[in-house]
Amino acid sequence: MKMRLLSLAIFWCGTALFAQDYFPVNDGVKSKNNNYTAFTNAKIYVTPTQVIESGTLLIQNGKVKQVGSSITVPKNAVIVDAKGYSIYPSFIDIYSKFGVAQPKKSVGGGFGSGSYGPSREGFYWNDHIMPENAAINKFTYDDKKAKELRNIGFGVVNAHIHDGIVRGTGVLVALNGTGTDAQRILDDKSAQYLSFSKSITKKQAYPSSLMGAMALLRQMYADAKWYAQGNVTTKDRSLEALNNNKGLVQIFEAKDKGNALRADKIGDANGVQYAILGGGDEYERIAEIKATGAQFILPLNFPDTYDVSNPYQAAMISLKDMRHWNQAPANPKILADNGVPFSFTLNDLKSPAKFKERLMKAIEYGLPKTKALEALTTVPAAILKKSNRIGSLQTGRDANFLITSGDIFDKKTVLYENWVQGHKNVIADKSLKDIRGNYDLAAGGITYKMAITGELGKPKIEIKQDTNKLKSKISYKNQWLNLSFATDEGAKNYLMTGLVNENSDNIKGRLILPNGNESTFNAIKTSGFTEKKKDTKKAATTPEMVGITYPNVGFGYSTKPKATSILFKNATVWTSEDAGILKNTDVLVKAGKIAKIGQNLSAGRAQVIDASGKHLTAGIVDEHTHIAALAVNEGGQNSSAEVKMEDVVDYEDINIYRQLAGGVTSAQLLHGSANPIGGRSAILKLKWGESPEKMIYDNSPKFIKFALGENVKQSNWGNQTRFPQTRMGVEQLFMNYFQRAKEYDTKKKSGQPYRYDEEMEVIAEILNGERFISCHSYVQSEINMMMKVAEKFNFRVNTFTHILEGYKVADKMKAHGVGAGTFSDWWAYKFEVNDAIPYNAAIMQQQGITVAINSDDAEMARRLNQEAGKTVKYGGMTELEAWKMVTINPAKLLHIDERVGSIKEGKDADLVLWNNHPLSVYAKAEKTLIEGVTYFDLKADEQQREAVKKEKAKLINMMLKEKAGGSKTQAPKMSKKKLMTCESL
Amino acid sequence: MRKQLNICLALLLFTGLASWAQQTPAAKQKEAISITGATAHIGDGTVVENCTIVFEDGKITALGTGVAIKGTSIDATGKHVYPGFIAPAKELGLIEINAVRASKDNDEIGDMIPHVRSLIAYNAESKVVESMRPNGVLMGQITPKGGRISGTSSIVQFDAWNWEDAAVKVDDGIHLNWPASFRRGRWWMGEPKGILPNKKYQEQVGEVKNFLQNAEAYGKVTAKELNPAFAAMQGVFDGSKKLYVYADGEKEIIDAVTMVKKAGVQSVVLVGGYHAYKITDFLKKNNIPVLVQFTHNLPNLDDDDYDLPYKLPKLLMDAGILVALQNGDASNFQTRNLPFYAGQVVGQGMDKEKALQMITGNTAQILGIEATYGTLAVGKSATLFISEGDALDMRTNQLSHAFIDGRNISLETHQTVLWKRYMGKYEGK
Repeated sequence: MKMRLLSLAIFWCGTALFAQDYFPVNDGVKSKNNNYTAFTNAKIYVTPTQVIESGTLLIQNGKVKQVGSSITVPKNAVIVDAKGYSIYPSFIDIYSKFGVAQPKKSVGGGFGSGSYGPSREGFYWNDHIMPENAAINKFTYDDKKAKELRNIGFGVVNAHIHDGIVRGTGVLVALNGTGTDAQRILDDKSAQYLSFSKSITKKQAYPSSLMGAMALLRQMYADAKWYAQGNVTTKDRSLEALNNNKGLVQIFEAKDKGNALRADKIGDANGVQYAILGGGDEYERIAEIKATGAQFILPLNFPDTYDVSNPYQAAMISLKDMRHWNQAPANPKILADNGVPFSFTLNDLKSPAKFKERLMKAIEYGLPKTKALEALTTVPAAILKKSNRIGSLQTGRDANFLITSGDIFDKKTVLYENWVQGHKNVIADKSLKDIRGNYDLAAGGITYKMAITGELGKPKIEIKQDTNKLKSKISYKNQWLNLSFATDEGAKNYLMTGLVNENSDNIKGRLILPNGNESTFNAIKTSGFTEKKKDTKKAATTPEMVGITYPNVGFGYSTKPKATSILFKNATVWTSEDAGILKNTDVLVKAGKIAKIGQNLSAGRAQVIDASGKHLTAGIVDEHTHIAALAVNEGGQNSSAEVKMEDVVDYEDINIYRQLAGGVTSAQLLHGSANPIGGRSAILKLKWGESPEKMIYDNSPKFIKFALGENVKQSNWGNQTRFPQTRMGVEQLFMNYFQRAKEYDTKKKSGQPYRYDEEMEVIAEILNGERFISCHSYVQSEINMMMKVAEKFNFRVNTFTHILEGYKVADKMKAHGVGAGTFSDWWAYKFEVNDAIPYNAAIMQQQGITVAINSDDAEMARRLNQEAGKTVKYGGMTELEAWKMVTINPAKLLHIDERVGSIKEGKDADLVLWNNHPLSVYAKAEKTLIEGVTYFDLKADEQQREAVKKEKAKLINMMLKEKAGGSKTQAPKMSKKKLMTCESL
Repeated sequence: MRKQLNICLALLLFTGLASWAQQTPAAKQKEAISITGATAHIGDGTVVENCTIVFEDGKITALGTGVAIKGTSIDATGKHVYPGFIAPAKELGLIEINAVRASKDNDEIGDMIPHVRSLIAYNAESKVVESMRPNGVLMGQITPKGGRISGTSSIVQFDAWNWEDAAVKVDDGIHLNWPASFRRGRWWMGEPKGILPNKKYQEQVGEVKNFLQNAEAYGKVTAKELNPAFAAMQGVFDGSKKLYVYADGEKEIIDAVTMVKKAGVQSVVLVGGYHAYKITDFLKKNNIPVLVQFTHNLPNLDDDDYDLPYKLPKLLMDAGILVALQNGDASNFQTRNLPFYAGQVVGQGMDKEKALQMITGNTAQILGIEATYGTLAVGKSATLFISEGDALDMRTNQLSHAFIDGRNISLETHQTVLWKRYMGKYEGK
């Protein structure tokens, strides 16, 4: 009974204090405080750019009533003289988890335990699309966390459920610990949040990759439109929510420069401009980032200094990571310089305590203070379209502001108060008198020397009897000072307490002597406190930022190489054409093309390269690669025609450079073989230093990966629940998809309304002869089956890749008209390659099939010339034919032979200069050109090695200096990329 | 149930295939054979032009220019003769198909299991082993993998009816995987992806040390109760077995060599040695030969020279270290590319004959079989082959004859049989 009364009392108390106008009151009489509070004589940042040097801020009922330099303060105002203080709008974080219960990862499961169907009913078919989620439903005001945030200057946060691809709506909350949710919740549907990351609570396997997440979003937008048009007879609460959330601000979690561009592209295609959560590396692609037109939300989690004191461990850190440590703090400055609007977030910052330190670092790196303030106030408000309520101190805005001792971006500045919705929160007592200094302390008949130092609100003490230092303690709060010291090695304790007098520098008060007798103490101030000046030198200079390269990793170019005119003199030219091998021949490269082939050509203005004794060939074309990919397989479904490798090109992969060093200039980046119908290819030129868009062929031929056999039936992985599990099932799957695509296409062409289905669009392209299949295949039965399926649907398979039993059905392949891209000598790694033989390429070639030797392996790809050489050993290919297997033949298979694959006038100048017979194990590429640009040069490589070494040494020195300066460090690590093959999941 | 059925089916299929006829081992050499007019690559860095090689009863009895011909003669004018290539630290014959678990016998349960012996599991009829021979790879050190001490290897030749026939040197060495000072981040447990310092490194080194010390102490008395692991280690202390230590990092190599030598190990071979080129003086001083990782590898670190794996053997050899090539990390079938791994180093400026040593003479010396194998010399085994051209280059590695202990072995394989069968189909034969 007692307990109940107590809780009721608390309840009443609460309602009485924060009652809303129309709420009945039963614990007293209704009363209202309509007084004003006026802060006078303060320096007021109404906005980051509108600053009043000495003015008044007038607030009433939690709102800014007036602000200006000549304001008449109403009589019913409580006046706070803020002379010498600065007032700022309080900070806003719009990418928060505050108060919103975050889902936890479901336990159990593990690899291969994913399910293929959705777990929900009445929602979208994919579990990771959850626009119906609302943070407000998971919201509980967390006062402890609110205090933590207020202490570093935040007044309003926007929180959401950080989970899933579409995450639903956020909640905008004022960190008002005095009010109730009725006051605090500024918006319970503040924005809609999206990402490329799956929900950790859902087990649906799709999408298993970045490109899958992108395809899913594209399809989702199409489906939402279709749904909105009333074409769906069933209920889909996800799509309904998505359509309802359409008018909201859309915020996308990219966390990476490339993902920011990916997200923006999806947005553009669907009429949405996302605000983007950045990753802190936007500076590396600033022009493209700017071109998105997006507003950014930037993390402040700059990397900690690596602990490089152990040289063996230091050697593991890549130049890329070292550079990012050095360059990342400049990211905000570079974005500001380029006019990209951004706000800051505490998201992913290990502790809010680090906020100011990191912010100061960004300023140290050149971020203008005005921009820093905007990023914390006006910009986040603008991103949320809430500028009329928060983010500034203009009339009518919420009274959310900070009172500081001065410039808020100065290290020494003290944040005293953080007012939220007109409620005062004291962070540091600004009325606290500065008692620091030296005193003569008279206590119990003896005078001691007392020095008070440290921080104003957290002083330190030293008490000496003559030269003898005594054990002593101090605390100082609410103007009361508590002191104690001990003499005689701790045996005798003196306790003192006294109120600091506002009008005197001396302190008097009660003293309790060791014997229990009461007395008084008297501390006479002899001199004031002077702060030690230590880092005066350091602050003056902006830290050195090492240069960005293209790409911004080791062996990147400091300036992008350009096309030049080159004359190769007296080379042995392997044309890969009917002309065969031409001795003592000149090749002139001009404007990125092979301009002339002949003898005694005049150089004109071209640079002459003496190629006598050397071999000039066309650049190697790799029909099957998985380098330069951020993902390889979308294995979440048995068909993933909707995904595009072009979406996930990793232009920073060092393997691009390494393969240039092996003479490779073009490659088909294929989807993997995790499912029968894979994804669309990216056909690339290995232009090291260029963006993915510039690496992808112009008017690229359209390709898609198909796959057969062990991988697609998950023989060696997976949970054996996905159809198909047998080669019998594979045929049925193809028949079904092609039939459906045919029906889809017919419907589409008939002009009837149809649901746009990206997967069907792509498969229909195959049926219409617009897209070509590269089909991963091993055993003869399945090869034959695939051709028969194609023939039933009146198209031809373009290429069988791997095709290790192609030699058994070479006659049938010839009749079908399919080409082959195969390994030179791989076998025995799984059951279906038991009959793989190294004579395969030769046999197929001899039956009239266009045969290429391909890699599917980052290491082997850099020696494809040798792999071609093996066909001379196995099966007796002529050297001419062998060489074609890595140049013109793969170019033909990829339908790029009009442009590359041979040395022919008018073709792209994609060339390799070898120091030896190109099919020989002894040959080394000296120069590799793409479109007349020298992307690899053996001599330049020597210089690059030196440069990498020097820059690493420089950065290590910088890190050691930082560490010595007391900077927090992290253990060295190597962020190693996974090497991908067909089977990488 | 379904899964079990599948496994049974796979097994049936597999054993069915595996029982396809392999090449029949060649009979013992009955009469003298003379190879004439050849360019003989001795395997010790030298070449003898216009060389005649005579062998009888499996041994070379004469070699040189102007040597008298005996028995059957093979004209090798314009051709090249090499000692059989030797593949060390390899699981050949222990794995038939990587993805078929039933065909794998390379990795036993247990952390320190030196008593586990590869030889008895060696499949002398492996189709993969057979496919080594047309490229000149005629011998190998059959080596278990996994754990800290994986087990004991044996050296075999590649033309045998069974493992007993195949054995050249039984239980020749013990293989120790030295702990790594770095490890992969367990990202599923919230650690960053990528490679992190291994905090347990010292502890793991301590475990190895403890094991070696106990094994050594065990050998000082006659044990009342047999400890198979300790018993198996005795050879490394009395010098009858070599200890092969797998390590790549500078720190790991220094720690490993220092510790195992101190523990009383007589003969140590470093396997891997990615960073060995940085401490060649240390390796020389300690007289440590290196079975260096093969050249067809990517650099371990993003910022490494693109050609570091290509030139690594040269860097070590130039520093005066005894070096041979192994491809322990590659799939078994790749081992037939052993000559080309050596050829790759020639592209980096190494002399061809020196490169050859790394897969012949040096290998034999490191494995301790140099008295009989590895080079072409009178008194040594006639384990050699004739190639149409330079055997280190894929274009010209074309074998016409190969001999193991003087036995004229078949150069046909499962693969050549299929080749001929299907060419026959297309050519209407």
